[in-house]
Amino acid sequence: MITLHGKSVFGDICIGDIVFYKRKERVIKRYRVEDTDAEINRFQAAKSEGVIQLQALYEKALQDVGEANAAIFEIHQMMLEDLDYHESIINIITSQQVNVEYAIGVTADNFSAMFSAMDDAYMQGRAADVKDVSERLLTILDGTDTSNTDLNKSKSLDNPYILASDDLVPSETVQLDKSKVLGFIMQKGSANSHTSILARSMGIPAIVALGDELKPDYDGITAIVDGFTGTVYIDPDSKTLEIMKQKQAEAGEKKELLKQLKGKESITLNGQKIKIYANIGNTSDVGTVLSNDAEGIGLFRSEFLYLENNDFPTEEQQFLAYKQVAENMAARKVIIRTLDIGADKQADYFNLDKEENPALGYRAIRICLMQPDIFKTQLRALYRAAIYGNISIMFPMIISVQEIVKIKEIVKEVKAELTAEGIPFKDNVETGIMIETPAAALVSEDLAKEVDFFSVGTNDLTQYTLAIDRQNQKLDPFYQPHHKAILKLIKMAADSAHAEGKWIGICGELGADTSLTEEFLRMGIDELSVSPSMVLEVRKKVRETDLSK
Amino acid sequence: MKKFSYVITDELGIHARPAGLLVKEAAKFTSNITLKCGDKSGDAKRIFGIMGMGIKKGNEVTVEAEGSDEDAAIAGLADFFKNNL
Repeated sequence: MITLHGKSVFGDICIGDIVFYKRKERVIKRYRVEDTDAEINRFQAAKSEGVIQLQALYEKALQDVGEANAAIFEIHQMMLEDLDYHESIINIITSQQVNVEYAIGVTADNFSAMFSAMDDAYMQGRAADVKDVSERLLTILDGTDTSNTDLNKSKSLDNPYILASDDLVPSETVQLDKSKVLGFIMQKGSANSHTSILARSMGIPAIVALGDELKPDYDGITAIVDGFTGTVYIDPDSKTLEIMKQKQAEAGEKKELLKQLKGKESITLNGQKIKIYANIGNTSDVGTVLSNDAEGIGLFRSEFLYLENNDFPTEEQQFLAYKQVAENMAARKVIIRTLDIGADKQADYFNLDKEENPALGYRAIRICLMQPDIFKTQLRALYRAAIYGNISIMFPMIISVQEIVKIKEIVKEVKAELTAEGIPFKDNVETGIMIETPAAALVSEDLAKEVDFFSVGTNDLTQYTLAIDRQNQKLDPFYQPHHKAILKLIKMAADSAHAEGKWIGICGELGADTSLTEEFLRMGIDELSVSPSMVLEVRKKVRETDLSK
Repeated sequence: MKKFSYVITDELGIHARPAGLLVKEAAKFTSNITLKCGDKSGDAKRIFGIMGMGIKKGNEVTVEAEGSDEDAAIAGLADFFKNNL
């Protein structure tokens, strides 16, 4: 078994035999011509024919893969008719008195070199388009076809296969019988190359930039393409095959689930609705939030900004991160939790003292209230970013009203400062607190008067209620996540919230525990925030639940 | 000569497809139409020239038209940029 790594452009798995597609090499000869006008005429004729071909390809692609993918052939037409391109070719023919093939070859090299030299990955990918257009002209001129028209007719292609090559150009992919292609593996290419765009629109695994390690000799050999990790297993051993088949089946179930549940409401059989949001820990997680169809972000842990840095993240750094997530989520809610450093999450530059009981120590909101400068920087960034989407702010580790009063004072100062500086921000941002200490649940009736929402952090709530250290594996036998005490505290918080007309969510691990979904629904929990991969399973559970029975 | 300025909002900037559409739009007019961005400039009727400018989101471009239908060209292209870029 040989394992190769590349850049994945679509997360899925396929298993099949490799067909390595190798283009015939074209050799362009340079020779001197006397009659340059005749050469120019040959060029014009080839160009007219090329335009007709591209028009036909556009029509075909329109039917096969849709307008967005077909547009490339319209662009190819424009490239073919581009004046710069013409002038270059005609200029080379007349000034050097050479044949049209040579003029086209040189022009193609020059123009594609221009794209390759651009600092933008997308534009670099367009070098292939110039080559493709020029190749079309050369094919028309000498009648030899170097493209893969015969690929579909080839011997081994009765069965679906994994297509390997250096990189495919649009005119090659459009001619493929797409029902036969399981996945793409390419030596070259980028996330923006044509093969990648096509793979994404077909929804099949593709890995590009595998390099020369992907050898033409692998033609006919069985392989596994794991688009989740960007790995290709050539001639896999039986153990790998078994693992990947399992993974493939799971991905298939997931896809099926997604097909059934995407865009559907999270509603019980008797009509009770609940929102299902996702928890994330970095701006880069937004993609998986959207692909799993979460209705919002219920917990955006802001710690990554602090943990990934060697010093306190600046207001601007934070602002950009929050803004990006808010914009990417469009109108969907994004609940950002303020700094939750301390206990098991440490950053050196905070210079926190070593503590006997860190979980009961100087952490989260306690740091923010004792070191308001750190807190203010984050609040400024949050209130500024709130303009760009539907941001809510959530404060962790609350035990009493007293902290909320202090938080409100600081927020007021922050707003006054922003106003004085003339910096735009959103005034009425929804604010809430985490219910993760037994104290907070027990005084939730007072807390509910002060905030817009609650979100139960079940991991800490469990640790503090049961007095079980989460980090100590020895205590596992005593750990009872469904302990009645925890559920009672959640119920208490839910009743307090609802009595004040506020909403309550659950963002800890219990939120994704489908054996508790029904109980949470009965408590009237308004929102469950779970890891992105659990969103659809929880939605499925909700839709199967009937509370009228 | 008539002109207008516009800040690109499309995530990808003037990539292949909008460059193609821009050429199509510009070709409707007989005026010479020039696209400027920073110290680069290109003929709006030439797709390679436009793509080669590498215009990105946030860049400010100036479109200049000179010729008998320059008013119509500016009006048409201003609409085009607003709707597509």
